[in-house]
Formats: sequence, structure tokens, C-alpha cells
Amino acid sequence: MTQPQDTPRLSSSPRVALFVTCLVDAMRPSVGFAALKLLRDAGCQVEVPQAQTCCGQPAFNSGDTAHAAALARHFIETFEGYDYVVAPSGSCVGMTRAHYAEALADDPAWAARAHRLGERTFELMSFLVDVMRFAPADVKLDTSFTYHDSCSGLRELGVHDQPRALLGKVTGLTLKPLEGNDVCCGFGGTFCVKYPSISNAVVGEKAEAIERSGAKLLLGGDLGCLMNMAGKLKRKGSGVRAFHAAEVLAGMGNAPAIGEES
Amino acid sequence: MEEATLSFKARAERALADPTLKIAIDRTTGTAERKRAVAMSQFPQFDAARERGKRIKDHVIANLDHYLLEFERNAIASGAKVYWAATAGEASQIVVRLCKEAGAKRVTRVKSMLGEEIGLPHALDEAGIERVETDLAEHIVQLGGDRPSHIVWPSMHRTREQVSEMFKRLHRAPHQEETIEAMVDSARRELRDKFLSADVAISGANFLIADTGATCTVTNEGNAELTTTPPRVHIVTAGIEKLVPSMGHAIAMLRLLVRSATGADVTQYTTFHCGPKQPGDRDGPEEFHIVLVDNGRTRMLREGLKEMLRCIRCGACMNHCVVFRQLGGHVYGGTYPGPMGAVLTPVLDGLEKSRDLPHACTMNGKCQEVCPVAIPLPTLLRGWRDRSWREGLEPASVRFGLGMHAFFALRPGLYRMATAIAIRVMRLFSRGGVVRGMPGLGAWTAYREFPAPAKRSFMEMYKEQENQR
Repeated sequence: MTQPQDTPRLSSSPRVALFVTCLVDAMRPSVGFAALKLLRDAGCQVEVPQAQTCCGQPAFNSGDTAHAAALARHFIETFEGYDYVVAPSGSCVGMTRAHYAEALADDPAWAARAHRLGERTFELMSFLVDVMRFAPADVKLDTSFTYHDSCSGLRELGVHDQPRALLGKVTGLTLKPLEGNDVCCGFGGTFCVKYPSISNAVVGEKAEAIERSGAKLLLGGDLGCLMNMAGKLKRKGSGVRAFHAAEVLAGMGNAPAIGEES
Repeated sequence: MEEATLSFKARAERALADPTLKIAIDRTTGTAERKRAVAMSQFPQFDAARERGKRIKDHVIANLDHYLLEFERNAIASGAKVYWAATAGEASQIVVRLCKEAGAKRVTRVKSMLGEEIGLPHALDEAGIERVETDLAEHIVQLGGDRPSHIVWPSMHRTREQVSEMFKRLHRAPHQEETIEAMVDSARRELRDKFLSADVAISGANFLIADTGATCTVTNEGNAELTTTPPRVHIVTAGIEKLVPSMGHAIAMLRLLVRSATGADVTQYTTFHCGPKQPGDRDGPEEFHIVLVDNGRTRMLREGLKEMLRCIRCGACMNHCVVFRQLGGHVYGGTYPGPMGAVLTPVLDGLEKSRDLPHACTMNGKCQEVCPVAIPLPTLLRGWRDRSWREGLEPASVRFGLGMHAFFALRPGLYRMATAIAIRVMRLFSRGGVVRGMPGLGAWTAYREFPAPAKRSFMEMYKEQENQR
């Protein structure tokens, strides 16, 4: 299932389209601005296509394949003119790389376009490390963090070492390992509202593991999972603060955390 | 039982509110997970073995007609009688009829999930035939009058403390000491004379070996040998997907099965049966019957579920499933629980009745990662969601919500406006960084805080910045 994202660099300054994702757009724009800064620092010419909306994953995972296919076509049309497409989410990128061809299976011409675009679509941190060979410079944050590996990024894209490599360059920041770092947090997109009590039991165990790590910060690469875990930690009265890893890497680690007044 | 009349969600609520059940689930699945991890760390060829196992099963499934007939021919040549059952009902009727023809008053049974699938325990009880479950965990299930909650550890839902209490209440000569050994001895005293006095033995099969007509059953208790040797008649029931071409292939599959199920290199007992007692044999049954069961399997071939026929019933998917580990097996409502059960139950019981199972999954992919025959379980579950949508089984609220979402998401200008409005509404309900008491968010906020959105969307702010550049 793991597909290391190893594509040769096209040029030293590729044209990159940033897909901010619907959740980041509406809930936490700072993740989008962090991604923008990191990609520019890495030497990319970044554009934010204005026609972007949602990758269609909620429809696809609900069995509404017709709408998923329509949204996949919209995404492909919006993004296929760039060298690369990058999103601060393993889940949305997993949808485009691993599942667009499935959603468009009835239409070979579109499925082929989906496949070609999928090969140039990357999760932010793996793109920075694997394609741009980038490392953040002069970022400092004196604290400890633990890291949750979101499932789609981990299992569909092979994102694991890259965020750790990047965060390892932040001066003063130390990793406290998370027991069960690769165990699902119970978010699961619409699952968390369709089966809220089951989701709650899963995220309850995750929150306990996060607290046991002793870390001050919880970092991850997918906002949905982070909102779920941060929401549970906050309800429990935990002091652990949650950020998207991109925010910390872009030097925004002192801003209000997820679920704090902004 | 009462449980069957409750909805999936109601059964789930009940399981989530049972702390003893959670302890029992965590002990069993936690141990299984740890032992599997150790076994895998000592099995560097796992990926190659898994690829081979997958190819063996795919090959057999693609040539099922050939191998079924070869198996039948060789089984008959060994002296076995072979029966074909299209449905669960047919299969259990054949077994009950064979028991009656043998004049059976008491039958002993070796644990078999296929037996559960075809409703055999119930059919035997209905027919007035005394049924003795010889697997220790199945014995516990029988004593408790309930159903298996795990395909490898059927009594996973009982803690050892509960089992001890049950043995003391129901065994003739129960244990005095609170040790596992003493409890096992108590069960042994209870079961031993029944093993020896049964008229018919019924077992399942982990593998049907085509080139010899032999069946293979694995246990860790040795009950398969003791069950199938003394009685005059031995009946094997097996799903048609259990076929392998030869003994060598069975061994290749066993290496995957045992490590994935219990983390051991090999089961304590691996039993092969080939035909009835021959002249000169010291023991063995006089009659040997094999019932080959379809029960939806050929339909799975036609309906895009052929990869599921690779399943070797190891239980690794459920041991690693975050949902199963909160709920246990009974909540799933069918014979098979966990991810593999969520794929199989709609085949066996119908999608309408089991619609929740493929939906109650976070699609995290761990089950596929640990599956020893690489079944793409999330993809198959999504296939059921797709079918449920097409057949109109999805609630109107979900259809409406996703329809609205797609309508806006296909119209970027409208989508920007809708996002801006949603943010402002959410902020009306926001206090201290979280959204409180907002209609429509109750399913989330009943259990956790909903982080409040920033004042404006990324797109609003980005556009403004670009205009100033």
C-alpha cells in the first residue's frame, strides 16, 4: 500500500499549485499560509488556483461516487496545468493519488488524466523533503512535541520520516514518542459524526496516549485528525496544545493553538 | 437472543457502556497484537510469503471449478462421501440428516466458523441432538448460551474471572484454585467422557487439499484429534474457498495463518484427515463425510468481492481495528465480526440489515496492512457504501447534505460565499476558541470541543494579500 513519493525534480523553481483543502480554508487558514511560506522558502513559485474547493473525499467515502467523480473532474481541471500540486493533508492527497482513478473508473480518458495528475500531487511535508530536498533554517521553538501519523498519509503515501526530519531541524524542539502513533485517532471524516460515540471512545484512548507521552505539543499533518484530537484533549482539560506541523515549521508555533481563542 | 433485535447503534452503545467487556477485549486483542508483532519481527520473508499466499488463493479462486472437481474426485477415491450445499440451510440440513442416519444422540464439535455461518449449533439443538463443543472457548460460549465474539477466540468477551464464576456454577467438579491450569482441568473433567462417548464428530477445515482429497484442521488444544478419532462417523463442513492445490500450498498458507492469528510459528496441533478408517488402520471413523458449502461465495465472485475469498480467517484485521477494539464482536450482529465481517455480513445477511457495518469504519487501512493475504478491506467496504448509495439505503439527510456540498463545491464563487457565511455563523456560537451549542454540531460537541474557525477563510485573506502586492 505504501508508495514512497519519489519523483525527480522538474526544475529548481517549479510552478506549484497549493491546494489548501476545504478544512484549512474554512477552519484554520494559518496552515495554508504556513504551507505557502514553506513552499516559497523551498524555492517554488506558488500559486493558489481560485477555482479550488474540495477534493470530493466525503462524497467518495459515503458511496456517492457520481458526485465524487464530478468533484474529481473539477479538481483535475483546476490543477492539471501546474508542475506540482501540494496540499497540507495526507488525506486529501491520498484521495487524489489513490482514489481518483477509482472514482473515474467508468471514464478511461478522465481516469488517465487523474493518474497523470496524481503522480504530481504531493502531501506538503513529503514534497518538501523528497522533491525539494528542503530543510527549514533559523526556526526556534523551545518545547517538546509528540507526533501522530495520520492514516491516509502514512498508509497511502508513505509519509512518516519526512515530518520528523523537518521538525528535527527546529532548534529547541524535542520529540517525545507517542505510543500507538500509527493507530487511527477515530476521526475518519464523516465517521466521527455518523458514529460519534464510537469515535469518542477511540479518540479518548488516543488522548490518553498523547498525555502519557509527556509532550507539550501535539503535531500532525492532517487538520481533521488534529481537530478531533485537540477537541478531545481540550474537553478533558488537558494542557497539550495542538498545531499542524507546517505551522511550527513556518515559525508560527507561538500563535494560538487549535481550539484556542484567536 | 435479545441483542439481535437491537440496532447496530444500540448494540454499540451497550458495548461502550460495559467496562468489563472492554477489559476482556483489550486483554485478548492486545496480546494478539503484541505476539503478532514479535512473530513478524522474526519473519523477514513475510512480504514474500504474503505475496505467495495471495497468488495461491487467487489462482485457486480463478480455477475453482477445476480444483473443486479434483478435490471431490480424490476425496471419493479415499473413501469419503462428498455433498454440495448451495445455502446455509441446505448445509445444516445435510449435517443433521447424516447425524440422524447415524442414530446420533450425542455429537462432538470442533470449533468451526463455517459451522456458525450455516447455523449448525442451532440446527443440531433443534433436532434434539446433544451438542458438545470441545474447543475450550466454544465450551465457554456454549455454557454462557451466547455466540462467538471473535473468529479465533470465540469467548473473547468473557474475562477469566467471569469464566471462573461460570465454571463453578455449571461444572460437575469445578476447580478450587483460581489458576488457568485448574480451570482447564475443570473443563477437561467436564468434557472428557463426552469426547469418548460421542456418536458423530463434526469439524470444519482450514484447508481442503485438492490433489489428495484430504482436509486440514489446526487447533492449539488437540481437541480436533480427540474429537474426530473415537466416533464412528466424522463430518467435515467447509466453505469452497478453503481449497488449495496441494499439501505444499497448505503449508505455505499455514505459515501465514498461524503467525497472523496467534503469533506462534506453528499451531500446537495440525491435523490432516483423508478418508475413513482403512483395513489395517488402528483407529479412525468408519464413515467420513465432507459437506462443501457455497452460501454466497460464488455470488461474491460475480459481485466484485472475489478478493475477499482469499480470507483465511486469522483474525488479524479485527485485532488491529480501532472500532472492533471498542465494541467487540457481538455488536456486528453476524457470524463474522471486525473488518472481514463487515465485508462478509452484507453477503450473508443482506445489505439492508447490515448497512451500518461497512459505514462504521474510519478507513484507516490498518486491517489491509496486517492482512496476510493482502485483502483490500477498505476498498471492499467502500464498495458496499457505493452499493448502499445506489440502492437508496442511505438516509435522506446524508443524501441531501452531500448533494448540497457537491452543488456548492462545483461552483467556486458560490462556495466561497457559503464558506464565508458558515464561518461567521460558527463564530456567533464561539466562546474561548471553541464552538458551543450550535445546531447541527451536536454529534461532535457531545464528546469533544469543536475548535472555532478563524475570523476569515484562507481564500478571503489570500485574495486581500494578493491585491495589496
